[in-house]
Amino acid sequence: MDADKHFVVGIFNDEDVLLEGIRKVRSSGVKIQEVYSPFPVHGIDEALGYKKSRLPIAAFMFGMTGTSLALLMQIWMLGYDWPMIIGGKNFASLPPFIPVTFELTVLLSALGMVGTFMIVSDMKPYKWPRQFDIRSTDDMHVMAIDLAANGGKSKDELKRLLSESGAVEVNEKSFE
Amino acid sequence: MGHSTIVEEEFIFTPEAKKKILILLGVGVFLFIVGLWLATKDGHHEHAEGHSQVLSQQWVASIDETAASEAPAEAEHHETATWLKRLYTTLWMNNIYFVGLGIIGLFFVAIQYAAQAGWSSGLKRIPLAMGHWLPVAFGLTIGLWFLSNHDIFHWTHSYLYDKSSGQFDEIIDGKSPYFFWPGEAGGFPIFYIARMVIFFGMWYWFFTMIKRNMMAEDLEADTKYWFKNRSISAWFLVFFAVSSSVAAWDWVMSIDTHWFSTMFGWYVFASWWVTALAMITLIVVYLKDAGYLKVVNANHLHDLGKFVFAFSIFWTYIWFSQFLLIYYANIPEETVYFIERMTTSPYSWIFFTNLILNFVLPFLLLMTRDAKRHLSMLKVVCPIVIVGHWFDFYNMVTPGVMKNDGGLGLLEIGTACIFLAAFLWITLNSLSKMPLFGKNHPLLEESLHHHI
Repeated sequence: MDADKHFVVGIFNDEDVLLEGIRKVRSSGVKIQEVYSPFPVHGIDEALGYKKSRLPIAAFMFGMTGTSLALLMQIWMLGYDWPMIIGGKNFASLPPFIPVTFELTVLLSALGMVGTFMIVSDMKPYKWPRQFDIRSTDDMHVMAIDLAANGGKSKDELKRLLSESGAVEVNEKSFE
Repeated sequence: MGHSTIVEEEFIFTPEAKKKILILLGVGVFLFIVGLWLATKDGHHEHAEGHSQVLSQQWVASIDETAASEAPAEAEHHETATWLKRLYTTLWMNNIYFVGLGIIGLFFVAIQYAAQAGWSSGLKRIPLAMGHWLPVAFGLTIGLWFLSNHDIFHWTHSYLYDKSSGQFDEIIDGKSPYFFWPGEAGGFPIFYIARMVIFFGMWYWFFTMIKRNMMAEDLEADTKYWFKNRSISAWFLVFFAVSSSVAAWDWVMSIDTHWFSTMFGWYVFASWWVTALAMITLIVVYLKDAGYLKVVNANHLHDLGKFVFAFSIFWTYIWFSQFLLIYYANIPEETVYFIERMTTSPYSWIFFTNLILNFVLPFLLLMTRDAKRHLSMLKVVCPIVIVGHWFDFYNMVTPGVMKNDGGLGLLEIGTACIFLAAFLWITLNSLSKMPLFGKNHPLLEESLHHHI
C-alpha cells in the first residue's frame, strides 16, 4: 500500500479524552501521522512524543547571518566603497552600525524562522493543505493514522483501537 | 501534572548558613582593613604627571576649567586625603547598589500584584524579604551623605553659588533650586534631603502595607488581602516610576554635576532591576538546592531565567541608547563623561568588561531553553550579572569623584563583601520569620500548574 495516501481518521470531542487516546494509540505501537485541533492543547506535544524543536538553532544561525551581513555591508559601503565623513567619526566605526546590525539580525532570523517552519511543516506554496475532517477547524479534534505505517495492524483493528481510545467517530479518508 | 498537596514550608536560618555569612563578613572586614591600609600608603601620587598623559586633549581642556576653579577653594577649605575620598566613594557606591536590591525586592512583588501574575505566587516571599534592607539602606544613605557630601558631591560647595567667590559656576548655579529650594543656594540642600527622606519613607510605608496584607492572608484565607495589595501595588508603581528616576539623578547623576543624560533614570533602574532579578533567582536556586520551595519547579525557574535574560538585553539597550546619542552628537560637555570612563585606568577596562559581563555572557549563556531551566546554568549566570552590575555602579560613581586617582582593589572588594554579608543576613533572617510562601495566596493553585 502506498504511504501517505490512505488514512484512518478518529474524531474526538474532548481534549482530555484525546490526550489519553493519543497515549493509548501510541503505546500499542501505532504511529500517528498528525493530530489536528481547533485550539492549542496543553501537553499534546509531549503526548505525541515530539522531539525538541531545532527551530531555535536555525533562528540563531539566521540571526548570525544577519549580523555578519549587516556589518560587512556597512563596513564595505561606508569604509571602502563610498567613504563619507559623518560627525568627524572614522569611516568604519562600530557604534553607528549597531542599530542597522540589530535590525538585520532580527529581520533575517524572523524571516528565516518562518521559511524554515513552512518548509519543515510541509506548507509549501504549491501544496494545497489536506483536510482530514473540516470539523478540526470548528469543534473537533482529528487524529489521522497512515495505513501504510500502522504497526502491522489491519484497517479494522485500527478502527477498533480508535473507538476504544475514545473517538466518537471513526472514518476513512484517501487522497489521490 | 496531577494534584500535589501543598505542604507549608518554613525557612530555617541554620547556624551553618549564619557561619558562612559571618565568614564572608570576616573576609570582607579583613580585605577592607588591608585595602584601607594600602590605600593610605598609596595616596601620595595624587597629582602624578603620568596620569594626565593618558587623557585626550579634549578632556584635559574641559577639566582644566573645573580644576582651575576648584584648586584654590580646596586649599581654602581643607583637602581630603585621596584614601579617605576613595573610602567614601566605595561606601556610597556599594550603598546605592544595595539600595537597588532592597527597593527592587518590593518593586518585584508590586509588579506581580499589579499584573495579577499567578506563576510567581510561590516565590514572592524572597523579594519581599529583600525589601527588609530598606530601613538599613535609609540609615546608610542619609548617614553616608552627611559624612561625605563635600567629597562626593561637587555641588555641595557653597562657593559655587557665590558670584564674588571667584569660583562661581554658572551652570551649577542654574541647577541650584533642584538641590536647595526653598532655602538659599549653597546652604542646606532642603529639597534634596527632603526627597531622600520622602522616597525612603514612602517606599518603606508601601513595603509595610504590602507585607502586612501578605501576612494577614496567611492567617485568614480571604481574597480581600490580594485585592488590597493589588491596589496598593498599583499606587506604589506610580510613585516608584517617578521616585526611582529622581533618586538616580540625586544619588548618582548629581556627582557629575555639569553633565546630564535624559536616559539616566532608566539606566540606573535597568541596572538595579536586572541585578535584583539575578539575586532573587540565585536565592531561589539555593533554596531549591537546600530542599525548600517544593512549589517552585523548572517552569518557574524558566520564567526567572527569562527575566534575567530579557532584562540583561534591556539594560544593554538603555546603555547603548545613552552611549550612541552622546557619541554621535559629539558635544564636549556630554562626551566628557564617556571619555573619562573609556580612557583612564582603571575605568577603561571596567567600561568594556561591563559590556561583556552584562550583555555578551548572559545573552549567550541564557539563550537556550535548557539553560534557563537548570539550576547549574543559573548558578553561573546570576553571579556574573550580580558582579557585572557592581562594576556598572562602580563606573557610574567613581570616575566623577576620584578623577585620575580611582582605584579598584582590596578596599572596594572588601566593602562589597561586607555589604553583601549584611544584605544576605537581613534577607535570610527576615525570610526565616515568615512562611516561605503564602499558602492562602489565591493564585497559588495556578502557580502549581504553571507550564511553559
